[in-house]
Amino acid sequence: MADEPLVLGIETSCDETGVGIVRGHTLLADALASSVDEHARFGGVVPEVASRAHLEAIVPTMDRALREAGVTIADIDAIAVTSGPGLAGALLVGVAAAKGYALAAEKPVYGVNHLAAHVAVDTLEHGPLPEPAIAMLVSGGHSSLLLVDDLAHGVTPLGATIDDAAGEAFDKVARLLGLPFPGGPHIDGQARAGDPAAIAFPRGLTAPKDLAAHRYDFSFSGLKTAVARWVEARQRAGEPVPVADVAASFQEAVCDVLTAKALDACRANGIGTLVVGGGVAANSRLRAMAEHRAAKHGIRVRVPRPKLCTDNGAMVAALGAHLVAAGVTPSRLDLPADSALPLTTVSV
Amino acid sequence: MLVLVVDSSTPAVTAALVEVSAGGVAARAQRCTVDARAHGELLAPQVEAVLAEGDVRPGDLAAIVAGLGPGPFTGLRVGLVTAATMGQVLGVPTYGVCSLDGIGHPAAAGEPVLAATDARRREVYWAVYDGAGQRIGGPEVAVPALVAERARELAVTAAVGDGAHRYADVLGLPLRAEPRYPDATALAVLAAERIRAGAPGEVLTPLYLRRPDAVASATRKPVLP
Ligand SMILES: [Zn+2]
Repeated sequence: MADEPLVLGIETSCDETGVGIVRGHTLLADALASSVDEHARFGGVVPEVASRAHLEAIVPTMDRALREAGVTIADIDAIAVTSGPGLAGALLVGVAAAKGYALAAEKPVYGVNHLAAHVAVDTLEHGPLPEPAIAMLVSGGHSSLLLVDDLAHGVTPLGATIDDAAGEAFDKVARLLGLPFPGGPHIDGQARAGDPAAIAFPRGLTAPKDLAAHRYDFSFSGLKTAVARWVEARQRAGEPVPVADVAASFQEAVCDVLTAKALDACRANGIGTLVVGGGVAANSRLRAMAEHRAAKHGIRVRVPRPKLCTDNGAMVAALGAHLVAAGVTPSRLDLPADSALPLTTVSV
Repeated sequence: MLVLVVDSSTPAVTAALVEVSAGGVAARAQRCTVDARAHGELLAPQVEAVLAEGDVRPGDLAAIVAGLGPGPFTGLRVGLVTAATMGQVLGVPTYGVCSLDGIGHPAAAGEPVLAATDARRREVYWAVYDGAGQRIGGPEVAVPALVAERARELAVTAAVGDGAHRYADVLGLPLRAEPRYPDATALAVLAAERIRAGAPGEVLTPLYLRRPDAVASATRKPVLP
């Protein structure tokens, strides 16, 4: 519909420079430039390398997005930008860019929460989100369970990882197995040929005593250590490491905990919709297991297609469009980049 | 021609509106705030303020000039991305000028002068200018003691800029009080020929002078603590 807000979204919280354009719930453009290859040899994202790449990429990525959508910046109703959480220097490039665009085009700017944007992006695929819903966000930087009662004004954090993020565990285990960075897709690929029941790896924070204090929290550090010990014992014994089995068993343990806790959150709160987002949501086993388990309880799982799960500008635009439609006041031009922006703040 | 000037290469966050004519460059409005930690918050409102004070819409701008640094990276990028994005929307050329030139050029008065800004980590960004304000050394980043040596070799008789004040004892040169930070009008003056000629704009590439802090691991790091 032409009267739905046309919103541009900018994302630079980590190593992806994203510019997306949406009209309401319709995705018009999703342009992305990634510096992931520049980080690969360091085995993780180097903040300064990411920030430099954002500065180089922002103008050409914006050009591509506008061309893809067939609009000019004069047509845009509002500009949304990830203002946090994320890498401070990387966020700052996107926030300053959004302000530059907003100033020059005389448009309002919304500084938005990256995690809320991961939830909002699903509206581009599956339409308006029923509220309340439970959202599980799993990536290299975050692992959170949220109660989404009002996406425009605030979400309630239920739990989060107490050590490593889920995606971080994938990266570290990939490194142990000699697989490239980022580890997620490589573990997923290896696991297809492996036996998920080959090795019984631990499920963090699922014992009754842990559940009392950490019902919706995650811990992947113990799992990562268990995999490391298992692999190193094999290597010390001079035996080959069954990479596919280790990958499948590790992935099974992660997905088991994630889906169990997410569905527990749905059932405990009487909620029939689970949204999954973040880079780890692209994991094929996680998607399959979540859907299989949810079906038993009549819960609907919404997972956007993999390209929308990882960081991108479209998710920021989607949240921006939601805020505009809800009549939320735009941010001020002095809006800061906040690397620790709390989940309860959807827009600044 | 109305031109916007931005510089965020030092603790001073600067936005200025200047008018470039055949006769020269005249300042119309300027905002400068010294706060090393708030470049991202300060610059855009200052741009808005100088446009408002000059009673100018963004679309009235004919060009944008930005200080390319050198400067601490995070703050420096704020000015450059602001200039680049505004230039993209407005379809006007963007011109980069070495930020140290905005200190050294206006400070030149017949004899060589050293311009220095704070590079943190006990180093300075520096350049040397001849008596007419032409850069004859730098821009580089170095410890003040080394800069003092280079300044002697280039027959420098005075030092200027925030970094020169900070390390005055090591540099051992008479100080000029102004400019302490890159002067917006001076940056516009240094780009004026290109502006008047309508020269093609350039991609604003920061003068980082330092590599990112990142060491590629030669061997795999053990995952176990
Ligand atoms: Zn993310």
